[in-house]
Amino acid sequence: MSVCQTSFHDALFDRTTAVPPGLCDGVGQPAGRRFNVYRNNVAVSLTEALEHGFPAVRSLIGDENFKKVSGLFLLQTPPSIPVMMLYGQEFPGFLETFPPLSHIGYLGDIARLEQAQREAYHAADSGSVAAETLARLSPDALAHTRFRLAAATRLIRSCWPIYDIWRFATMNGAPKPAALAQDVLITRPEYDPALHVLPQGGAAFVAALLAGNTLAEACDAGASDAEAFDLSAMLSLLLQGGAITAVETED
Amino acid sequence: MSNTMKTIAIASAMTAALAAHTAPAAAETKEKCYGVSLAGANDCKAGAGTTCAGSSTVDYQGNAWTLVDQGTCSEIDLPAMADGTERNGSLEPLERDLPA
Repeated sequence: MSVCQTSFHDALFDRTTAVPPGLCDGVGQPAGRRFNVYRNNVAVSLTEALEHGFPAVRSLIGDENFKKVSGLFLLQTPPSIPVMMLYGQEFPGFLETFPPLSHIGYLGDIARLEQAQREAYHAADSGSVAAETLARLSPDALAHTRFRLAAATRLIRSCWPIYDIWRFATMNGAPKPAALAQDVLITRPEYDPALHVLPQGGAAFVAALLAGNTLAEACDAGASDAEAFDLSAMLSLLLQGGAITAVETED
Repeated sequence: MSNTMKTIAIASAMTAALAAHTAPAAAETKEKCYGVSLAGANDCKAGAGTTCAGSSTVDYQGNAWTLVDQGTCSEIDLPAMADGTERNGSLEPLERDLPA
């Protein structure tokens, strides 16, 4: 980027700079007021992008607070790419380390859940594996199979009831969150992400699959995480969510 | 659990899951329907959170669309236009009801 562009960009996010050097208005004066208008438009549009992306966080901390927090966040972490649809990847971490909000322990995980839904929404389309392909595998081949999962698949593990809190914050008349830990799997069977609260051991199982382990290895991971691990229920969930796109067998 | 037993357990879990899984009737069950969205309530090709979703400015705008259940696009009941012409949804962008 040219020096001129860099200084213009830096001045947008540095409030101590009055105006980029050399920027003049129509009568040859430094364009302080005009630049402020532009700077404000940039901040407003980024705040709006965050409001669209994190409705649950916004509803949990309130409009005013959300505007203030996002105003600080966008100065510190301006977008790194021109595409707005995924802006806010660092927002969950920012919320967790922002002292005035540190008493709301679950806020970061709720933001993570919202960001994951947006990523799932924009992920590439993928067709799911044919049921016959899975049915045809011999028991031995099946155990050593590696599943390729859809690009939209996301796993959010938390020690907070994140699904309940998210639902409570975004849907009218949703029940109050229960005091328990919830892991959430996001699949995208068609156009819209679907959220599933995972049963015990489910998150360990999916994490192992996402890491490229075989079905038998992932099954071990699930079973050692929780005695009550139910493989059949997890496979149903993945099939219904269209999450398995292909199988890789070792032959 | 022995390896053989584990292999059998995995295979039977898969069989059960496949049996419970009814294949979706059609891969695509939604379609874009033009000319039926209310002002500001259209969907967007680039998805929620982008600027074109919700950007239509008149009711039933002809070039704005909403995802509807497949096959229902042309059945959606719409109020007639000011001059009494019937309005229908369409799978292609329409020339009517464009913003001035």
